[in-house]
Amino acid sequence: MAFDLDRGLAETQDPAASSGYPDPPERMGFFTDTSVCIGCKACEVACKEWNAVPEDGLNFTAMSYDNTVGLGADTWRHVAFVEQPRGLGGQESGLTVVDVPGPTVERAHTRTPVSLGMPASGPGDGQVGGVPDMDFRWLMASDVCKHCTHAACLDVCPTGALFRTEFGSVVVQEDVCNGCGYCVPACPFGVIGKREDDGRAWKCTLCYDRLGVGQEPACAKTCPTDSIQFGEVEELRERAARRLAQLHDAGVGSARLYGHDPDDGVGGTGSIFLLLDEPEVYGLPPDPVVTTRDLPSMWRHAAVAAGALLAVLAAVSWGSRR
Amino acid sequence: MNPFERLASWPLLRQLTGHDPLGRGAAVKSARTARLTARTATADRVVKSVCPYCAVGCAQNVYVRDEKIVHIEGDPDSPVSRGRLCPKGSASLQLTTASGREHRALYRPPYAADWQEIDLGTAMDMIADRIIATRGETWEWESDGRRTARTMGIAALGGATLDNEENYLIKKLLTGLGVVQIENQARVCHSSTLVGLGTSFGRGGSTTFMQDLQHSDCIVIEGSNYAEAHPVGFQWVMEAKARGAVVIHVDPRFTRTSALADLHVPIRAGTDVAFLGGIVNHVLSNDLYFREFVLNYTNAATVVGEDYRDTEDLDGLFSGFDEETRHYDCGSWQYEGAETTVAASGDRDEDYGRRTDQGSSVSSSGRGEAHGSGGVPLTGTPRRDETLTHPRCVLQILKRHYARYTPEAVERVCGIPQDMFAEVCRNLVENSGPERTAAFVYAVGWTQHSDGSQFIRAACVLQLLLGNMGRPGGGIQALRGHASIQGSSDIPTLFNLLPGYIPMPHAHRHENLEAFLRADAAEKGGWADMRSYTVSLLKAWWGPAARPDNDFCFGHLPRLTGSHSTYDTVMAQLAGTCKGYLLLGENPAVGSANARMQRLGMANLDWLVVRDFSLIESATWWKDGPETKTGELRTEDVGTEVFFLPAAAHTEKSGSFTNTNRMLQWHHQAVEPAGDTRSDLWFMYHLGRIIREKLAGSTDPVDAAVLDLTWDYPVEGALEEPVAEAVLAEINGWDAEGRPLSGYGDLRGDGSTACGCWIYCGVYADGVNQAARRKPAEEQDWIAAEWAWAWPDNRRLLYNRASARPDGRPWSERKKLVWWDEEAGEWTGYDVPDFERTKQPGYQPPEGATGFAALSGVDPFIMQADGKGWLFAPAGVVDGPLPTHYEPQDSPVPNLLYGTQRNPARMIYPHRDNRYHPGPGEPGAEVYPYIVTTYRLTEHFTAGGMSRNTPYLAELQPEFFCEVSPELAVERGLEHGGWATIITARNAVEARVLVTQRITPLRADGYLVHQIGLPFHWGPNGLSAGDAANELSAISLDPNSHIQEVKALSADIRPGRRPRGPALTELVSDYRRRAGITELTGTEV
Repeated sequence: MAFDLDRGLAETQDPAASSGYPDPPERMGFFTDTSVCIGCKACEVACKEWNAVPEDGLNFTAMSYDNTVGLGADTWRHVAFVEQPRGLGGQESGLTVVDVPGPTVERAHTRTPVSLGMPASGPGDGQVGGVPDMDFRWLMASDVCKHCTHAACLDVCPTGALFRTEFGSVVVQEDVCNGCGYCVPACPFGVIGKREDDGRAWKCTLCYDRLGVGQEPACAKTCPTDSIQFGEVEELRERAARRLAQLHDAGVGSARLYGHDPDDGVGGTGSIFLLLDEPEVYGLPPDPVVTTRDLPSMWRHAAVAAGALLAVLAAVSWGSRR
Repeated sequence: MNPFERLASWPLLRQLTGHDPLGRGAAVKSARTARLTARTATADRVVKSVCPYCAVGCAQNVYVRDEKIVHIEGDPDSPVSRGRLCPKGSASLQLTTASGREHRALYRPPYAADWQEIDLGTAMDMIADRIIATRGETWEWESDGRRTARTMGIAALGGATLDNEENYLIKKLLTGLGVVQIENQARVCHSSTLVGLGTSFGRGGSTTFMQDLQHSDCIVIEGSNYAEAHPVGFQWVMEAKARGAVVIHVDPRFTRTSALADLHVPIRAGTDVAFLGGIVNHVLSNDLYFREFVLNYTNAATVVGEDYRDTEDLDGLFSGFDEETRHYDCGSWQYEGAETTVAASGDRDEDYGRRTDQGSSVSSSGRGEAHGSGGVPLTGTPRRDETLTHPRCVLQILKRHYARYTPEAVERVCGIPQDMFAEVCRNLVENSGPERTAAFVYAVGWTQHSDGSQFIRAACVLQLLLGNMGRPGGGIQALRGHASIQGSSDIPTLFNLLPGYIPMPHAHRHENLEAFLRADAAEKGGWADMRSYTVSLLKAWWGPAARPDNDFCFGHLPRLTGSHSTYDTVMAQLAGTCKGYLLLGENPAVGSANARMQRLGMANLDWLVVRDFSLIESATWWKDGPETKTGELRTEDVGTEVFFLPAAAHTEKSGSFTNTNRMLQWHHQAVEPAGDTRSDLWFMYHLGRIIREKLAGSTDPVDAAVLDLTWDYPVEGALEEPVAEAVLAEINGWDAEGRPLSGYGDLRGDGSTACGCWIYCGVYADGVNQAARRKPAEEQDWIAAEWAWAWPDNRRLLYNRASARPDGRPWSERKKLVWWDEEAGEWTGYDVPDFERTKQPGYQPPEGATGFAALSGVDPFIMQADGKGWLFAPAGVVDGPLPTHYEPQDSPVPNLLYGTQRNPARMIYPHRDNRYHPGPGEPGAEVYPYIVTTYRLTEHFTAGGMSRNTPYLAELQPEFFCEVSPELAVERGLEHGGWATIITARNAVEARVLVTQRITPLRADGYLVHQIGLPFHWGPNGLSAGDAANELSAISLDPNSHIQEVKALSADIRPGRRPRGPALTELVSDYRRRAGITELTGTEV
C-alpha cells in the first residue's frame, strides 16, 4: 500500500474524501458574521447546554463584558468584546469627550495606565481631556474551533481520538482520547484544552451528533441575530464574500474575511469569519499556519538520516565481520 | 458482536483495508462515536413551550425522555423568535433541572435560627390558618364611614413570571378574601406604560408586534437596551436595518444596542421629556407634522376650555394645582363644550396624587372621582377648529407649550450637541409620512421615573404628530421584561385594577354598581360597554350568587381608599398594619427600590410565604441578610414566621403567558414537578379550597365573598393539579348555556354571560384553546394570525384603521395594512381590522348614539371617548395634560426650563429609612454629585432568582460592577478592575469597577455631569453574589403609576470596598450628616 505522507498531511479541499469517506456529504461549517453580533453569548450557553460542558469559573476579568476569556476544554464558543476609540464606518457614536476641569486632566497624567485587557483599547487615563472628538466602537465576535482543512491537532494525535468526520469537521472522540495533550500546543488557534479533572482534550465538535440527524449545531441554532450561520462551506464562502461587499459598499471599510482562503496556512477553515478589524484585535492569529506544515519534510529528513545511519551500521558491521 | 465482527471493527484492520490508510477519519471512528445520536432525535416526545424569562415570548421545544427533560431549544415554527433563544432562554434546561432549585418545603418558626423541613400539606394548612386569623384580626368594614369590606393586614406580591391562569386565581381568591394589596412586578416595571399609552390611544398595551418592526424605516430605541434585554426580539431591528432602516439609540451608555445602531446619542439620564419635547417643537415650529393624519385622527383640532393655564403661564405648573395636597384638579384641562371628558385608561378611578395617611379620607381624582358619581362623561360635543388656528385648540396649545424646548435647550438640559439632535430630527421626519414610517421602542428606561408616565406620553404625542400610529413599521413598542408581565397587567395582580382594566372601586363613591358604572363608563367608544364587562366578571367570580337583585355581588369587592401599591405596603409593614405577606415569584429584597426598607418591612411581619425556585434574598434576609451583618437585625429577635414553598417551572405546568405584544401563548406541561414543587395554580387553588373548607358553614358576613366564589375547578393527576384550561375557559367566558363566547361583542350586562377578563374573550372561542395554536410561521404571512392569539380579538397591530386615509384608501402602497373595500362594504387587509368591520369611512354618528356607534368612520382610536389619539390629555394623567420636563427627585442639576424643579405631583414617602438628597444649589448637594442609572444585562434576569443560581449564566457575569468614564475614574481615583463604593442617603454598596468610554460625562449647562452605570441583578445569595443596586434607590413615585424612580438618582462614588458591620450604617449616616439631610430634604413641591 502506498503511503503518501504529503497527501495525508496536506489534505485536499475535500478533507472528508481524503479521510476514508468514499462519498461524503458536503463539507459543513460556520460563517460567523461579527458585524451583526450583539454579544449576547447565547452561543456560549447553547453550546454548554447541548454538549454538557461544565461551568468553568466565576471570574470577573474586567475585560469589557468578556468573563469567558478564551476557548478551551470548557469553552467551545467564546464571545470577545473589544472597545476601541475608533469609528465604525456608517456609525456615529456621539461619545464626545467634554472639556474636563484642568485639575482632572493634570491628575490623569500622574496615573499609571492600566490594561483594559484588550488590544488597542481606548486612550489611557493620560489622555483624559485630550481627545476632543472621540470615535468609538464596540466590537463583538464569537470564536469557535476552525475545523481546519489542514488540522494539526489531527496530525499529532497518536491515538486516533481526533478524527475527521464525514462532514469535514474535526472531532475528539472522548472514549479514545488518552489525554496525552499533543493536540493542545499543535493548534495554531489555541482552541483545544485539557480538562483539569479528567485529563482529556475537549473542543467544539460542530455538534457532530446533531449533524448526524440533520440538525444544525446548537450555537447556530440559537443565535438571535444569525451572526452564526451554519451551512455548506462552499456556499458560506460565497455568502461571506457577498456580505463583505455589502459592508464595503456601506462604508465599513475595515470589514474583512478570515479563514475563507484555501491558500492560507491551514488550507482555509471550516469556520469562516467576517471581522471588522485585524484578526489580532480579536485574539486571532493573523497568519495561522498548520503547525505540522514541516512534518513531511522532517520525516523525510529523518528517514534519510535513519537510512544513512543504517547504511553506516551495515558497513561497519560488514567491515568488522571481515 | 461476534468474533468476526469484532475483528472487522478493529481500527487498524479498517485502516489497512479501507479508504483511510492514514487513520485520520473513517478508520478511527470509534464504536461509541458511530453510535452517537442527538438526544433531540431519541426523545420520547417534544412538548411545545414558551421561554419563561423576558416577554418576547420565544417558543421552545422541550424534549422529554423517560419522563425527564433532556433538552430545551427554540421552536423554529415561531413567527416571533424563529427558533432562536438568548443566553437565558438557552439556559432553560439548566434553570429547570440543575440550577440549585430547592425541592423541599421549609419552615422557619418565629425567632428560630434556621430552617426546618415541613410537610407540604401541613404548611398549606398553617398558611390557611394564618390568612384566616390575620384577616379576622384586621378586617375592616368601614373606613371613615365608608364601606371598605377588606383587610389591610395581608398583602401579595408577584405574578409577572406566572401564567395568566395563576394570576387569575390569585386575584380572584385574594379579592374574595378582602385583600386589596395585590401587586406584581408590573408595578415596578411598566405601570407607567398603562397610563402613558392608555390615555393617549385607549389601550395600555404595546401598539404593535415584534415582527412588524422589520417594516420600519427608522427605529428610535430610547429608554431601552433592546439588544441586551430582549436579544431575540432585536432580530427584527436587524431585519429592518438590513432593509435600509436607520437605527438610533438614545441612551446614557453606549451599550450592545448602540454597538449595532447607526447613531448613538448619549443623553443625561432622566431628561428624555426635554429631548422628545425638543423634537415635538421641531416638528411643530417647522410645520413638519402629518397634517391630514393629525387633523383627522388626533384631538389637535379640539378646543380646550378657557380656564386652562399652561406651564408657560405658571412656571412649570398647570392650572388646578393644590400645593397642600400636591394634587391637580383637572377640571380646567377639559375640552370646551364637553364638560367631563374621560380617559380610556390611566387614572380612571384609583386614588392617586398623594399618599394618604392611614385612615384619612381619600382624595378625589380622575374620571370617576373628579366628576362625581352623578357626572355623565363627555356630555355634549367638544368644540373643534378644523383650521387648527384657534389659540386654544390643542395644536396651538402644544406649540406654545413646547416652544421653549429649542435645540439649545435640549443641549443644555440633555447634554446632546445640536448637530446630533438635528440629525435625529431629520431622520425621524424624513422617515414619516404616507410612504414611510418610524417606530419608537422603549422599556423601563422611560417608565421608572417620578414622571415616567409622561416620558411615554411624550413619545405618544410625537408619534401622533408624525402620523406613525396604527401603521406598519410605526407605533410604540413597549418592551416588557417578564414572561407574562403583560398578562399580569391584563389579569391584574395590581391593587387598582380588575381584569381587563376595569378600575377597582373606591370606598367613597361607588356604593353600588350603578354609581360605579355611571362614574366610570364612557358614553362613547369601547368603554361604553363597561357594564357588560363588569357584570360578566362578577358572574365569573361569584357565579349563581351574583344576581341582578344583589348588584351581581358588586358589594363583595373590597374597596380602595388611596394608594395601596407595593411601596405603600412596605410602609404599612413598617407601621405594623400589614402583618402577612405572600411573595409569589418576586424578590423585593433585591428588585424593589430601597431594598433595605423592603427587608425591614418584612422583619416586622407576623408571617411571610415565599414561593420561588430557590432560597432568594427575600426568603433568607432574617438569617443572612445585610442587616444581620450590620447588626440592625438579630435573627433571634426577628419574630417573622417564614414559609418557603418551592415553585414549579414552566416545563412542569400548563398555562398561558401573554408576551409584550399582547399575544397569549400556551405552554404545555412536559414533566411532573418533583418533590414539594408545585405550580402557583396548585397553590392558589388548594389554598382557596382549604380556607373555604375551614370557613364552610360560616354565616359571618365577612366570609360571604370568599364562600360565594365559584371554586370548583377540575383537578388531575396524582398531585391534584387544577386543569389550567378550565381556568382559561372561565377567563374566556361562557353564555347562559355554558357555551364558550367567541369575542367581547358577545358580552351582556344582564348577567347572562360570565367572563373572567373581557379583553381575553375569544381566546377559548369554540371551546378551542386559541393560545395553543402553532401554525408554523412559514405557512403564514408575516402577521402570522394563526400563531397563538392576541387581545383584542386577535388584532396584532392596534388602531390599524389609521393605516388608511380618512376615505379608507391606504396612505400608500408601501404602507398598506387595513383598508376599506367598497365593493364588499367592509374593512379588509392583512391584519384583523381594529374597527367595526362594516362601518363606512363616511359614517357619521346619529344624535344620541352611544358606544362604538357614537364614533365616526374616521375615528381610529376606538377605546377613546372621542375616538381620537390624545395629543393633549384632558383627563387620565394626574400630573399634567402635556409632558413637561422635570428633574428627577434626586438630581444634581437644576431644572433649566422651569422654576419647578421636580414633578410637583410626585409621590414621596419621607421616612427615617427613605431620605432624599438636597436639590442642586442647596447646601449639601455636593455630597451626592453624580448620577446613577440602573439597568439589566443580557446574562442575568431581574433580581437574579432565575440567573444567579444558574451556573451557565452566573459565569458570564459573575460579579456586580459599576461602569464609569475614564474622567470620573481620574476624578475619584477609581482603578479599573478594582472596587468602588457607591453611596446615597439610603445605603452604600460596593462594586467592581469597569472604566469604559462607553459611558461619557455630559455637559449640562455648565455642569459637568458624570454618570455611573449599575446593573441591578445582584444580591447576597446564589452562585454569583454581590450588593444590590436597589440599596441605593429611594421610594419616590410617579403619581400616575406609583412606579419608583431608579433610572436616575444622585450618588457619590469613592474607591475601595465598603465598610463591614456597623461601620456601613455609620458611613451612610455620616454622609447624611454632611449633606445636612432632614426629614424635609427634597420634599418641597
